[in-house]
Amino acid sequence: MTARSAAFDLADRVLKLRGDWTVWTVGAVDADLRALSDRLGPGVTIDIAEVGKVDVAGAFLIDRTIRGASFENTETPLELVGENQQLRRLLETERAALQACPTPERRPHGFVAMLERVGHAMEDAAREALANLSFFGATLVTIGKLVLNPRRMRWAAMFHVMETAGLNAVGIIALLSFFIGVVVAYLGARVLLDFGATIFTVELVAFSVLREFAVVITAVLLAGRTNSAFTAELGAMKMRQEIDALRVLGVEPMEALVAPRVLAMLIMTPVLTFVAVIAGIIGGMLVCQLSLNISPALFFTRIQENVPWTHFLVGMIKAPVFAVILAVVACRHGLNVGGDVASLGKETTASVVQAIFLIIVVDAIFALWFMEMDL
Amino acid sequence: MSQALSADANTIISARGVVTRFGSQTVHDGLDFDIRRGEIVGVVGPSGTGKSVLLREIIGLETPVEGAIHVFGENLLAMTDDERNAYERRWGVMFQEGALFSTLTLQENVAVPMREHTDLSRELIDDLANLKLMLVGLEPNSFNKKPDQISGGMRKRAALARAISLDPELLFLDEPTAGLDPVSASHFDDLIRQLRDALGLTVFLVTHDLDTLEAITDRVMVLYEGKVEALAPIAEVRSRARGWVQEYFSGPRGRAAQAGHSGAKAQRAGA
Repeated sequence: MTARSAAFDLADRVLKLRGDWTVWTVGAVDADLRALSDRLGPGVTIDIAEVGKVDVAGAFLIDRTIRGASFENTETPLELVGENQQLRRLLETERAALQACPTPERRPHGFVAMLERVGHAMEDAAREALANLSFFGATLVTIGKLVLNPRRMRWAAMFHVMETAGLNAVGIIALLSFFIGVVVAYLGARVLLDFGATIFTVELVAFSVLREFAVVITAVLLAGRTNSAFTAELGAMKMRQEIDALRVLGVEPMEALVAPRVLAMLIMTPVLTFVAVIAGIIGGMLVCQLSLNISPALFFTRIQENVPWTHFLVGMIKAPVFAVILAVVACRHGLNVGGDVASLGKETTASVVQAIFLIIVVDAIFALWFMEMDL
Repeated sequence: MSQALSADANTIISARGVVTRFGSQTVHDGLDFDIRRGEIVGVVGPSGTGKSVLLREIIGLETPVEGAIHVFGENLLAMTDDERNAYERRWGVMFQEGALFSTLTLQENVAVPMREHTDLSRELIDDLANLKLMLVGLEPNSFNKKPDQISGGMRKRAALARAISLDPELLFLDEPTAGLDPVSASHFDDLIRQLRDALGLTVFLVTHDLDTLEAITDRVMVLYEGKVEALAPIAEVRSRARGWVQEYFSGPRGRAAQAGHSGAKAQRAGA
């Protein structure tokens, strides 16, 4: 298909149009034609006899020229001469449809706008905190009701989540924690060598893995792995009106979707943390054996003698707290998704980022508290 | 390349021996048909006979197992992506759910094809997008809204505006009136016919709406058990109908659509 380019010339008060006037060709004459409109006035005729193919875009441009020129004198619009049925029909259709259009809103720029955005962001942060708290409250109420009436509990959903979010994460969490144990042991070996106290590497590994690393690594990994999944799942259900369908069918989404997820995480996060503890200790033990000549037997004896039981408990007690933070944040953001695709992405990101943020903050608060308690 | 299957230059889509299978299930068992330039063809058939699949095959989103589909006289499946691109711009598609980009306003949605493919100025693109939205009968105050802020009927109109954004020769509509109230649906029918008349479009539409079939199609294509059961004006299809086709057209809904349409015709003649 060969298109002829659009062209025009103005001579003897006749604007002669030639060639094809389609969406593919009019780009070339748009600016020139606009510039010409000053010179067009009453009495000028437009010759369309040599116009070839024409479509809505071409007709619009021709019509714009006509309207633009006779702006000051609407009584005598430019006259069309020559025959082109297609063009005349298009012009007619177009004029029938044309109405005044509002210009798209432009948002303010510059310093004031930035201040405005900062203000909104602060307000949003406060709102987010409040929303998380109230969703946590609603979750507690739902779970409380389920405890009173355990027959309403959706066991199948819960076990399914336990498997996909918990069991399937065992491998990756064990591997990560193992390497953290290895890294900590090397670090200890390196620093403590200067003091001739490499044997304390055992304590370093045990303390750090038991108290902090196992549980924090588990929680951060779950935030990336599970939060995104929960938020995307619930968000997609919200977008496809499945959540509305549940409500209409008399099924409370908090009970059917949120509670099984929260409870499953509540059970699986401590289990995964325990797995992480063991893997981390094994990582440390391996380094001790291979580069410090501390045998596994000695390694465990030292742990038994010098590392009190409370360190394990300090780590494990954080696991269920983190679990609830993760699941509540994930579910809230999932149910927060609106009708459009962008909000799904936004909420998923927010869910992961907020979860990691809260985990680190709460972990710091725990550390402070345990220190004051001398634990 | 153009080993023209049909001598008729008026043929815009032609299919020969199209076979489609999903696993062991044969959906199309050798479809042959020609669609002529400038006509409105409605495709009907029981659920699961591959109406939408056929549409997707014609526009190249899916590939038939056997057979060839020629659009604009060319076998698009045999082309490279670049070659096919030039042809793809000559048709517009309106998907069943509209498939408007939810992060863009209606005006931006309609402007997308022009932004991507033409060298028009930004200003002219905005004007043309507005014009297209007006052509499909939307009010200017909705142009800057997002798709989830407007009603389903308006979304369909906006989707149609996007489909005709590049002034295509060929328009594919998948269930254009599904989910619309009868008044909006019949307005939509009028709109499609007006656009066809004004812009000289060829329209290939998949529908279950008997009123639409009665009101605007020039020919109806019936898909049944993997074959083209009929491809003829609706009156002819109706008169020769048997089996499923007969049930389809002479069920209570079919009769009501026919009665409604001939009533409307009489009214128009009387006026």
